[in-house]
Amino acid sequence: MKIVALCGAGIGTSEILRVNAVRALERLDIEADVSASDVAGVGVAAADAQVILTSPELVSAIGRTNADVVVIENYFDLDEITAKLEIAVG
Amino acid sequence: MTYQMPSLDQLPDAAIALHRSAPDWRAAVLRAAEALTASGAADATYGERMIAMIEEYGPYIVIAPGLAMAHARPGPDVHGPGLVIVTLDEPVSFGHAYNDPVSVVIGIAATEADQHVASVAALANLFNDESVIPALAAARDTDEVRRLLAAASHPDLG
Repeated sequence: MKIVALCGAGIGTSEILRVNAVRALERLDIEADVSASDVAGVGVAAADAQVILTSPELVSAIGRTNADVVVIENYFDLDEITAKLEIAVG
Repeated sequence: MTYQMPSLDQLPDAAIALHRSAPDWRAAVLRAAEALTASGAADATYGERMIAMIEEYGPYIVIAPGLAMAHARPGPDVHGPGLVIVTLDEPVSFGHAYNDPVSVVIGIAATEADQHVASVAALANLFNDESVIPALAAARDTDEVRRLLAAASHPDLG
């Protein structure tokens, strides 16, 4: 299982999302490789990913992908992240 | 020895700006840029680059209710890793679908893309407690901000 957390620059918000996605996956007892990427690098970073986590504004920047794109509204809400990941990987 | 971010509960006064006035989101981002400049992390041009990120990608930096995390890519106008906290006297709208209005702006600068892992992970710890954002917005002095941030150094909060 490979999951990519995506933001515009790759230095801030994607790392927040990555850290909290790892916590959510621990809750779900799911093993996954979670990485952070910026929009410019998403094509490479997400080429073999099952799930891309991002914000509503960045969905259109992702382009064509085979991954499930999961939109997170509140990056600090572990309940939201856990529930949406459970649907995406379940 | 690479330069390290100070831990969150040791942020210098120059990196904390409280109850600043900002009529719109651009001004709010510039208040964060001013704090990054005052703390020596970046030049003033970095503020324009943070604004350009939002103009290009939208207000995705508003990552939780009331909280924006302004940042741009590493560049020659960044002199070292920086993290600042700005609170606004009046919340401003960034045009986000869920998380407006914003009362706390965190400004981040990095010289390399993977530089912020430790301090950003600490931020994730901190803001998993949803009461922290309004508490920061209401903080009256820099010591109170550092006390609130000190909770982030507790590793068991996640």
